[in-house]
Amino acid sequence: MAEERVEFELVTPERLVISRGVDMVVVPGTEGDFGVLPGHTPMVSTVRPGVVNVYQGNEIVERMFVAGGFAEVTAARCTVLADRAVAVDELDRAAAEQTLKDAREDLADAETDDERREADKQIAVCEEILRITGS
Amino acid sequence: MANLKDLRVRIASVKSTQKITAAMKMVAAAKLRRAQEAAEASRPYAERMERMLGSLAVSAAGRDGAPKMLAGTGKDEVHLIIVGTADRGLCGGFNSNIVREARRDIATLRHGGKTVKILCVGRKGRDQLRRDYGGSIIDTIEDVARPRLSFAGAEAIAKRIERMFEAGEFDVCTIYYARFKSAISQIVSSQQLIPFASSGQEEAEAAAGGPATLAVYEYEPAEEEILADLLPRNLAVQIYKALLENSASEHGARMSAMDNATRNAGEMIDKLTLTYNRTRQAVITTELIEIISGAEAL
Repeated sequence: MAEERVEFELVTPERLVISRGVDMVVVPGTEGDFGVLPGHTPMVSTVRPGVVNVYQGNEIVERMFVAGGFAEVTAARCTVLADRAVAVDELDRAAAEQTLKDAREDLADAETDDERREADKQIAVCEEILRITGS
Repeated sequence: MANLKDLRVRIASVKSTQKITAAMKMVAAAKLRRAQEAAEASRPYAERMERMLGSLAVSAAGRDGAPKMLAGTGKDEVHLIIVGTADRGLCGGFNSNIVREARRDIATLRHGGKTVKILCVGRKGRDQLRRDYGGSIIDTIEDVARPRLSFAGAEAIAKRIERMFEAGEFDVCTIYYARFKSAISQIVSSQQLIPFASSGQEEAEAAAGGPATLAVYEYEPAEEEILADLLPRNLAVQIYKALLENSASEHGARMSAMDNATRNAGEMIDKLTLTYNRTRQAVITTELIEIISGAEAL
């Protein structure tokens, strides 16, 4: 068991962010966070804005913020397709506040359902960033 | 015989043209490197996405009520052709090659009695298609790659196509672009975007040894909801990929075209210089003969 690892991959449309073997990852699924250990049941899930925690042993070695996307899990592999991924330490609180303000205005001005959905998504992402950086 | 001044002017002008083409070549080379890096960096995402969607599609395609973007509308009357070209010329046959391929298929489709709608991404495609198919061009999207080709730009195009599809404006959507092979070779390719056709689907199935390994995924939330999210996303990713390939190809094509132009200008300068020197010699000889025969006559 000690030898087994999860091949974890975090990719965004722009690049491959992380690709290596880890002991465990915790992914923020839409229906709740889930941890992935070797031998996990194969599943596909959507991902909400939140933090992906990468574990080596019992330590969190990396915390990546993702702005929603998808995750595919198989027994030996965990692939997260994120819309955007930023290391938690590099999150910009001020920028997020600004974007949040803009998004709220967009929501107020939105005329079509599409625009409203888009603004809602932005707001959810920004609020999550503020929540993480606030603590 | 051309006079000396004309030749001098000609040489100077070819020289300055050569300077421009050489500079353009360098710029294209720098841009090519960046575009190539971007194209390579985006590949993993597109691959994973396709794999995920491929396994979902296999289990969803057979059922009733599969999303239309996956299964199609059941017709193929109206085709939407997306022609991806560059915004600028001076890149050899790059734009013409893509347009030629698209034009051929449009003609075939029309011949088969289908309706064709064209969406141009890039000014040059529109310029070339406007004369023959002006009425079919629904819009042109320009400057996608300025200041930088971003995923958001591709997403905007995808949104638009998705809206058109939902409004029932077309049944099948195909994109034309040039796949980047190397700086001297770009291959014009077309890819069907809607309904979703996974290129690796059958291979994946064969490699996995039948559907046994494919059917065991758990879905969270339900499969339909994931598909509803995943399909538009995949559309954006495929378009992004095509645009990236296209921009790498464009710079590659421009680089080799400008390299050729620089070399041709060099040859021309050599030839002109030779003529110039010959003419100069001839002028001197004539002058000498005149002086000598003048002196002899005295």
